[in-house]
Amino acid sequence: MKFAVIVFPGSNCDVDMFHAVKDELGEEVDFVWHDADDLSSYDGILLPGGFSYGDYLRSGAIAHLSKVMNEVKKAAEAGKPILGVCNGFQILLESGLLPGAMLRNKNLKFICKQVELKVENNETMFSSLYKKGETITVPIAHGEGNYYCDEQTLKKLQENNQIVFAYGEDVNGSLIDIAGIVNEKGNVLGMMPHPERAVDELLGSADGLKLFQSIVKHWRESHVVNA
Amino acid sequence: MSLMLEPNTSQIKEKKIYREMGMTDEEFAKAEQILGRTPNYTETGLFSVMWSEHCSYKNSKPVLRKFPVTGERVLQGPGEGAGIVDIGDEQAVVFKIESHNHPSAIEPYQGAATGVGGIIRDVFSMGARPVAMLNSLRFGELQSSRVKYLFEEVVAGIAGYGNCIGIPTVGGEIQFDHTYEGNPLVNAMCVGLIDHKDIQKGQAKGIGNTVMYVGAKTGRDGIHGATFASEELSEESEEKRPAVQVGDPFMEKLLLEACLELVKNDALVGIQDMGAAGLTSSSAEMASKAGSGIEMNLDFVPQRETGMTPYEMMLSESQERMLIVIKKGREKEIEELFAKYGLEAASIGRVTDDSMLRLIHQGEVVAEVPADALAEDAPVYYKPSEEPAYYREYQAMAQETPQVEDFKATLIQLLSQPTIASKEWVYGQYDYQVRTNTVVTPGSDAAVIRVRGTNKALAMTTDCNSRYIYLDPETGGKIAVAEAARNIVCSGGEPLAITDCLNFGSPENPEIFWQLEKSTDGMSEACRVLSTPVIGGNVSLYNETNGTAVYPTPVVGMVGLIKDLSHVTTQSFKQAGDLIYVIGETAAEFGGSELQKLLNGGEIFGKAPALDLAVEEKRQAALLQAIQAGTVQSAHDVAEGGFAVALAEKAFGTGLGANVSVTENIDQTAALFSETQSRFIVTVSKENQESFESIVADAKLVGEVTTEASFIVKQQSELIIQAEVNELEDIWKGAIPCLLKSEA
Repeated sequence: MKFAVIVFPGSNCDVDMFHAVKDELGEEVDFVWHDADDLSSYDGILLPGGFSYGDYLRSGAIAHLSKVMNEVKKAAEAGKPILGVCNGFQILLESGLLPGAMLRNKNLKFICKQVELKVENNETMFSSLYKKGETITVPIAHGEGNYYCDEQTLKKLQENNQIVFAYGEDVNGSLIDIAGIVNEKGNVLGMMPHPERAVDELLGSADGLKLFQSIVKHWRESHVVNA
Repeated sequence: MSLMLEPNTSQIKEKKIYREMGMTDEEFAKAEQILGRTPNYTETGLFSVMWSEHCSYKNSKPVLRKFPVTGERVLQGPGEGAGIVDIGDEQAVVFKIESHNHPSAIEPYQGAATGVGGIIRDVFSMGARPVAMLNSLRFGELQSSRVKYLFEEVVAGIAGYGNCIGIPTVGGEIQFDHTYEGNPLVNAMCVGLIDHKDIQKGQAKGIGNTVMYVGAKTGRDGIHGATFASEELSEESEEKRPAVQVGDPFMEKLLLEACLELVKNDALVGIQDMGAAGLTSSSAEMASKAGSGIEMNLDFVPQRETGMTPYEMMLSESQERMLIVIKKGREKEIEELFAKYGLEAASIGRVTDDSMLRLIHQGEVVAEVPADALAEDAPVYYKPSEEPAYYREYQAMAQETPQVEDFKATLIQLLSQPTIASKEWVYGQYDYQVRTNTVVTPGSDAAVIRVRGTNKALAMTTDCNSRYIYLDPETGGKIAVAEAARNIVCSGGEPLAITDCLNFGSPENPEIFWQLEKSTDGMSEACRVLSTPVIGGNVSLYNETNGTAVYPTPVVGMVGLIKDLSHVTTQSFKQAGDLIYVIGETAAEFGGSELQKLLNGGEIFGKAPALDLAVEEKRQAALLQAIQAGTVQSAHDVAEGGFAVALAEKAFGTGLGANVSVTENIDQTAALFSETQSRFIVTVSKENQESFESIVADAKLVGEVTTEASFIVKQQSELIIQAEVNELEDIWKGAIPCLLKSEA
């Protein structure tokens, strides 16, 4: 399976994402610059964390207008797995690929720490290797991760089982502790915690690795079926 | 336009306008003598900023010369953007610490943020990839709303810049003392990694080569920042707010990536950060180091504002800019490289053979000064030095053990002192994990960063107990280096070298200059004994508010090499049943201690704790050997607050407890809270008992790690402290958030 890590000006978790895929997952991966106009050779798209365009205007607001985002949308329509982490999640929200918006953390400060996440839905291509209700440890590092949406949207997210990960406790003020959601089709995941930072016990946790392995498993299976 | 308003040469001389720029009459006369004429306004600006203490070290050079600066592994000592030390496998570590005290006192967020930005540029201007940030901070007591504001904004500024640029802030230290009330200290350290073949120098070599300006445009911000940094703070300092720069970490991220691509390009000849004194220092120093000259046409300098004069352009300290020299004819290629990152690269001049810094503006030569005169010929002052009366008085005092009635209550009070309390409120705002190499996160003795692709790691720390240095600068200076080395060793690393940031009051005061002399004597000796040469650093003098100086604070930033990831050790207990050992005897030493300060309303007196460097070196070597042999589960040095505090810190966050007995022949207060140096607490699993004891012969077994999370200290059969770890930990964790919330 071949992944693209999209690099926007100001991305800074691109290298982490790259190494997680290459060194720990053992799959192919390329850095793809924000002005790329063709992603057709990639099987999965990863939008890394960081401060694209310095978070100027609003987190993700400028990056979502990048040329490459048209290709990301095409890939989303084609059903390819798309994972946005942290700033990547914010870009997915700005681009409308996922519903809702981010507010500043309720303590108005940047928060960096290991948090516990509950796997709310293990029936997605991103979470199939976890158990439902399982608690995993994954770090967060963000200033604007306080997820918000209107009541109707929230109801829809719940009814469609789109909430994949929830915080074990209230860490940043997010609505019903939402940490990660998928689109209705289930192939676009946005999450504030960093699974790519949790792929090696040496650095505190390897609980994030199953997320990437789930993506690969789904891809292998669907390609066997298609073949 | 404003050029017309600039004073002419006779006005500069007669009205002594140079004095407003911080130059003395003698210095101006020397500049006249060098030029053989009276300098014009722009030239006076060049001299004044390059001859400021911040750029020239004119007052501190005599003491800096004492530092040992060489060693087998040192690839680059002081004099370039940052020092470089070999770590094997054709790789090297690059690091430096720098102060941003004065800007942070006036505008704490931007002052701290641009301090971070500046030190990062120093590291990547060497061609290195910055991999970690540390800091060392000093504030007044967390009581007044002003100090709380400075503290919160400095932390936010460090976080804002470091998080955005994506370099993990992994460690540091903070002390709170009343002497820093109006003059906080903000020292930032950056650590980078480099392959030997990529090492760059800031030199303008090759006659005819092109001088290019890359990065952000030049504005009117920070004009004369270096001069401002070389003055005492006063009521009027607020008016100097325009001398504080504004940082743009996004711009610096782009500049960083572009420059690291540039260093792989063979068109690059030399590169230097435009830091203090901006375009002036970078051009004059690059020319001077190469023995060449530089001619620049200021019309081509990218400008953010219209009508900027040569004086303003040369003295601006706008951030996120670099000066580079490239091979003639390769300009287009370099422009394209920077354009990829959305950055401007403008050809503004060329390297010449006449050793002059020559500036052209609107078709006229507006300044022509020998580059060496600016970079090398600043006057050097041998300031008078005088032993202060307070020192003699303190030295004459006997060591006195304070009276403590309730040991548990005292321990709780110590744990809630902000200097000792958990700094999680601070580092929780720093992204300490980005780049996914942080093996030991903030909160242990030293932070540890792995070297990806190898089995090695780097341990790093900043240290300086300025109270000891105030009481006894020479001993205190030794302790600062020794403590940094203890932290490296406790983490499993071999100390490699140090960078230092000398924060002192005004050198015009002979007693302050004495502090500077004595503490650097102590540091130099410790560096020699512990084999950690000084590979670079920074001097920040005039840290005074309305005539009162801060405690002398020569901060030590140290990096160590962990040869194998399996050697990485943290301070925390690992499992119940492990044996607790103390290395080092305890004496009753309370001068400058946390307990003394607590019991005396913030004041300290008496002798600083003694330090025997030979003993220190031997103990560190033995402990490191024991760690490398795999016999040590956890290691922690005994520092502020003494044995009881260090032991409690080892229990925090583990869910485990401790049951120990102190020796019978010592006063209980001293056993618990004395700050005797060269001591460690380590834990060892039972199966390693024999091998550990054979390596560290003088370690004393004092107790055991317990499943039950209780904290029990006995002397023979007498119980001295019995507490639940939880109750101690809650107080330790909550102290700083609690102080910030309380009303002033």
